[in-house]
Amino acid sequence: MKHYQNLLLLLAVVVLVALPLWTVKKPAPGPDGKVAEIFTGADDKAKDLVGSIAPGYKPWAKPLMEPPSGEISSLLFALQAALGTGFIGYYLGVSTTRARMRREFDKEARC
Amino acid sequence: MHIMEGFLPVKHAVGWSVAAAPFVAYGLHSINKRIKNNPEQRMLLGVAAAFTFVLSALKMPSVTGSCSHPTGTGLGAILFGPAAMAPIGAVVLLFQAILLAHGGLTTLGANIFSMAIVGPFAAAAIYRMAKAAKLPFALSIFLAASLADLLTYVTTSAQLALAFPDPSGGFAASFAKFAGVFAITQIPLAVSEGFLTVVVMNALVRFNAKELQEMKVTTPQEVRA
Repeated sequence: MKHYQNLLLLLAVVVLVALPLWTVKKPAPGPDGKVAEIFTGADDKAKDLVGSIAPGYKPWAKPLMEPPSGEISSLLFALQAALGTGFIGYYLGVSTTRARMRREFDKEARC
Repeated sequence: MHIMEGFLPVKHAVGWSVAAAPFVAYGLHSINKRIKNNPEQRMLLGVAAAFTFVLSALKMPSVTGSCSHPTGTGLGAILFGPAAMAPIGAVVLLFQAILLAHGGLTTLGANIFSMAIVGPFAAAAIYRMAKAAKLPFALSIFLAASLADLLTYVTTSAQLALAFPDPSGGFAASFAKFAGVFAITQIPLAVSEGFLTVVVMNALVRFNAKELQEMKVTTPQEVRA
């Protein structure tokens, strides 16, 4: 049952992520011929919103280092995710093996 | 929920940093104490950190047509208590601020406050309430993780609204605008985070039942169920 639950949950996450890709349509180009971008970061949208609420506001600090291109930044994000998943996968591997060996040990001890 | 570098006025940036610092310091102290007393929990603490690392790197599309990312702090807060997540979240945010120009050093305090303090404390409190209300284990985990995720983004909206109140409508109008960007986008992502946290928790309950009982996350009946 637990196994089944996990599978369903993972499936639900995939659907939740994929659904917007279907439902959100690219808006028609505006009068200036510019096509609005979709699926930009919410962080950037908030930045624009600051600009519209407080047009006079000037950011007083700049990032120390900016990834030189979108490719490099996706490399770093992928690295971040890979390191994390790698560790979680390792731990779960250790845990499942340990649980199995414990069971086998108990079985032998009982014989 | 990352407030960009320089996008909080100096007073706010300093204020949030001062507010976040004691939590990070106390969190470090509590982690050190725990590792000293229970060295075997070190690996599980790594899992909690890794989960935040992964989830905050995943920018997922939302129904509003913008992308955002989950926070992953609920799992660690349920396992180790909310204080432990403050320094862990701070490390993740620092990594993103320095290497990815995502967030920033001047806004680090504010970002730590929303993601690594408000989120985890909400998760731990909701989990405790759900357990007290005798809700099923998976549902308790789901509620704690997803609401913590959402509250993190509500906090970010409030922080920005405090710093940039609307010229006519004041804080409330500005908060509504920022929440429209952050919180609404976050709803499906928060649900995803809740589901993923339940998946990882199910695995931990199954293979690390003893540790979780020792940490008082689960009770023996829940493990057998």
